Amino acid sequence: MGRMKFLCDAERCIECNGCVTACKNENEVPWGVNRRRVVTINDGVPGERSMSVACMHCSDAPCMAVCPTDCFYKTEEGVVLHDKDLCIGCGYCFYACPFGAPQFPNGPAAFGARGKMDKCTFCAGGPEENGSKAEFEKYGSNRLAEGKLPACAEMCSTKALLAGDASTVSDIFRERVLRRGGGAEVWGWNTAYGRAEQGTAGEGRK
Amino acid sequence: MSMPILKHLPAVALGAAVALGLTACSEQPQVIVYEQGEYQGKADARPWDGPAFKGDKTAWEAAIKNRARGQNEYSRSQ
Repeated sequence: MGRMKFLCDAERCIECNGCVTACKNENEVPWGVNRRRVVTINDGVPGERSMSVACMHCSDAPCMAVCPTDCFYKTEEGVVLHDKDLCIGCGYCFYACPFGAPQFPNGPAAFGARGKMDKCTFCAGGPEENGSKAEFEKYGSNRLAEGKLPACAEMCSTKALLAGDASTVSDIFRERVLRRGGGAEVWGWNTAYGRAEQGTAGEGRK
Repeated sequence: MSMPILKHLPAVALGAAVALGLTACSEQPQVIVYEQGEYQGKADARPWDGPAFKGDKTAWEAAIKNRARGQNEYSRSQ
């Protein structure tokens, strides 16, 4: 097993915020902390694109590099996690992260008053006993230990958000890009409207 | 006989006071020593070490891979 990664397909994301809700519910994330959120570019303009963003579990994570207490670690599966018992809430990771993943329960407060950093754990819990109460209260659900993928990706209705081993996820995305096209090439078109050679393809026929 | 003891009493008392005062110096450090670039927190259990897989890494990998492949609706619809 190589690297656990998220991949969001902007062609499919419909900004339903199902992933955000699934994350909130699965991990019982407190009010004001959003481990995952949906970002929309050119909102309201034709051709707008949405993308679900959380911790990307970077291969070379900037948060790990800047943390003054070295509370971050990377698991064998490539998930970036942190020990909340060591976090001092300095906010360095927030400034270092290009995805805005680190969240603080007390919001943008002064140094030390932000509270301990909270972020997406890839539903892998944290440095406590797997599935324990302490792990859930500090870090949320540990679905990975149950053989499941993160709740956000599993809940995504359009399967825009994919999660799993990088090679598997990229295989799915590659196949998707090769097979989807426009008009009669779009997935499901032939099933719904018939093939062109059958003379039933919807091409403005009356 | 008692005169030499009295003569050394201030020195003995001073030595005892110094020894007593230095006992505070044996206090253990209250903060951890940070090492640059090294994780300092608690060790985490691996996901396959839980009750669901009982340390069977291969079974865990197969379960995760199977779950990940299930996200591909092309393979499910054919």
